[in-house]
Amino acid sequence: MEERKDYSEYAVVMKGITKRFPGVLANDHVDLFVRNGEIHAIVGENGAGKTTLMNQLYGLLHPDEGKIYIRGKEVKIRGPGDAIRLGIGMVHQHFMLVKTLTVAENVVLGSETKKGFLFDLREARRRVKELSEMYGLYVDVDAKIEDISVGMQQRVEILKTLYRGAEILILDEPTAVLTPQETEELFEIMRKLKESGKTIIFISHKLNEVMEITDNITVMRLGKVTGRLKTSQTNPKEIARLMVGRDVLLRVEKKPREPGKEVLRVEELWVKDNRGLDAVKGVSFTVREGEILGVAGVAGNGQTELVEAITGLRKIESGKVYILGRDVTNYTPKLLREMGLVHIPEDRQKHGLILQFYGYYNAILGKHYKSPFCYEGVLNLKNIMDHAKKIYEMFDVRPRDPKIPAGNLSGGNQQKLILAREMSSNPKFALFAQPTRGLDIGAIEYIHKNILKLRDMGVGILLISMELEEIFSLSDRIIVMYEGEIMGELKPEETNFEEVGLLMAGHTLQEVRSGVV
Amino acid sequence: MMIESRVRSILVPILAVLIALLIASIIILLIGKNPLMAYAVMLKGAFGSVRDLTNTIVKTTPLILTGLAVGFGFRAGVFNIGAEGQMAMGALFATIVGMNLGTVPPFLAIPITMFVGMLMGAIWAGIAGFLKAKTGAHEVITTIMLNWIAYYLGNYMVAAPLAVGSGTPKSPEISASARLPVIISVQAIDLTPGIIIAIIAAVIMYFLLERTSMGYEIKAVGFNPYASEYGGISVSKNVVLSMAVSGALAGLAGALEVMGLHHRYLGALTAGKGFDGISIALIGQNHPIGIIFAAFLIGSLRTGSNAMQFAGISKHIVMIIQGIVIFLVAADRIVRTMMDYAKYKRMKSEVGVEG
Repeated sequence: MEERKDYSEYAVVMKGITKRFPGVLANDHVDLFVRNGEIHAIVGENGAGKTTLMNQLYGLLHPDEGKIYIRGKEVKIRGPGDAIRLGIGMVHQHFMLVKTLTVAENVVLGSETKKGFLFDLREARRRVKELSEMYGLYVDVDAKIEDISVGMQQRVEILKTLYRGAEILILDEPTAVLTPQETEELFEIMRKLKESGKTIIFISHKLNEVMEITDNITVMRLGKVTGRLKTSQTNPKEIARLMVGRDVLLRVEKKPREPGKEVLRVEELWVKDNRGLDAVKGVSFTVREGEILGVAGVAGNGQTELVEAITGLRKIESGKVYILGRDVTNYTPKLLREMGLVHIPEDRQKHGLILQFYGYYNAILGKHYKSPFCYEGVLNLKNIMDHAKKIYEMFDVRPRDPKIPAGNLSGGNQQKLILAREMSSNPKFALFAQPTRGLDIGAIEYIHKNILKLRDMGVGILLISMELEEIFSLSDRIIVMYEGEIMGELKPEETNFEEVGLLMAGHTLQEVRSGVV
Repeated sequence: MMIESRVRSILVPILAVLIALLIASIIILLIGKNPLMAYAVMLKGAFGSVRDLTNTIVKTTPLILTGLAVGFGFRAGVFNIGAEGQMAMGALFATIVGMNLGTVPPFLAIPITMFVGMLMGAIWAGIAGFLKAKTGAHEVITTIMLNWIAYYLGNYMVAAPLAVGSGTPKSPEISASARLPVIISVQAIDLTPGIIIAIIAAVIMYFLLERTSMGYEIKAVGFNPYASEYGGISVSKNVVLSMAVSGALAGLAGALEVMGLHHRYLGALTAGKGFDGISIALIGQNHPIGIIFAAFLIGSLRTGSNAMQFAGISKHIVMIIQGIVIFLVAADRIVRTMMDYAKYKRMKSEVGVEG
């Protein structure tokens, strides 16, 4: 005799959901209760089983055990078609839009408006416009997807679900790709949707966002639910502890340190982007031993080109770069590495690792031609393996098996492997480009600690990040980039998020401090 | 997991061959012949006597080298479709040099002739590599164009400046000192150390790819040029280098055909062996040892097919078998899915999982 419960006040109930993959228990008797008309967060580290759970709700996966109730009624969801009919919509982390079609065409794709046999574009445009105005999801319905920003593309994805009649929206890490401003706009939209009675499931691991926008929180760890919290009655520390299973330092402690002599000097640097337009416009700064210089800014304001120019991956049009007093302008990456430069690249899968290579091969990238890894052109596999095992141990790369190809490691462990490789080569100057992008809080804490350790060892560090939190908690000095120029230099203890935010939006320090804006 | 994938990469081609034989036997049945008889004749034709076996080995030798050429390219991330032309250039220049080594003793003449063949193959492929590195021109296009240039250059050379005799256009013979010594001669078929040279080339390729920093860099660039550049590896240098090594192997195939078999250059010398290299690399999964076996398979199918022809079964059946094998190996998902399904059924019966 199973007890019958009344779930009618819940938009979604998932009871005892269990999902096994070969070798992994992705969801272990997970219960989820989402009330009608609330914003409900599912938080957890990468691999906690959040996306797996949601994919079962959306019909992309089928639970091995457990039941799903939508608005109180038990349902079987065999595929996304069933989910859509039940009023469930999902916005994935990676957008599924046709780049060459317009916004309106993308929204109606699959259930096109028709006039006889023909596609009725006018009707499609009208309905998409109407929807976008209703929820404040402003988009240009005639713009092609390839011409609009990531934030706008996300709106199109949300519109798509609404157009198909979604009452329950699943947003899978929607802010991972957004700027702080775009995130704020998304939250505005989410509030509007909630007001009009929609239920939103918000998957995230950014605790400040969860605190700001949600009503209730379900915390997951290693496939299990570890906590059910009311947002108004909890705090980030508690959530973090439930997520990671131990106390986490959300902000690492930094000892004061007197910087030493100059390691990096950049003078009047000009660099072009891939399209041949100026991306870095006459930038100058210095980094000293034992100092972290943070570069804040919205993505796409020349940071990538700046990093590539300093590390020898992109041609410097004019200006100079000095490392330890030596002119290294347009040196090759190999020469720069020989001089003690290490680089934790922004895109770890594109630049940082060769995914098809074993871990132990990746552990020597950049020093593969030198002893003790290579003598007279012949690799010493034993020394390579020993080194890999050592750094895997030191930097806690899991699983602890360097024979696993880098592509099979999780994002956090890929980043740890890069960090391990770069930090173990005795750097004089280190360049960290978005070192914690897409990582969960446990890994972030680990990487932050190591960056500070490097600083305390006397290494000069340039830190590029889109996360203001990260810039503030690590940097000794902050410069802000906007459209390829430096808008001002600040000390973290003498400024705040708002001031830096204004510089990121293109205001100069003088304007901000004199109260013009 | 790695072990499993290695076992699979051996199993897939073997299963592909078995499936291909099965499908071909249906076709043989449909044309009203007995497939078992046909395969028996084919086996006998390839291995039935010392002469047949020798013939198979002679046919296998160039195929190993062109297979290695293409396979090496694949491992380095370049698609060298030009083994045919590189082989022709290797053969042509090995002939030109080999013709003039009459006064040089064999222990010098043989390595010199081989080296010239490899060098010309390397240069011919290197052109495509250089164009790719400097201008981005795709090697598939440029190597195909270079194939035609090599083909017509060879035809011109034996038609005019080098022409001797009448009938088939051909060059003069190379000096006796530049020919490979004959190990055994069975009814006009000479077995030379060419096969040993081909196998040594496979071992060297394995060592180069797996045990040297050069191999590390070549593979790195093939997998991910961006990360390679980040790691201080010159992408353009390695693209040219890997094309050159690939071409050198094809050039060696041409030189050995001249030195061991024809003793001169003929327009029909390459006869598609360079293109066969693509199939062989695919079947051998780009692994040097796999390529040796794949070349042996194709070589024995070719000799066996002649015997089949005498028994009244079209030798083109062999082309069908070869075609199906390549199809199944290239579309290896088909075979892998079948293997997964077999495993799944086994697991189901063991664990008793509900469907």
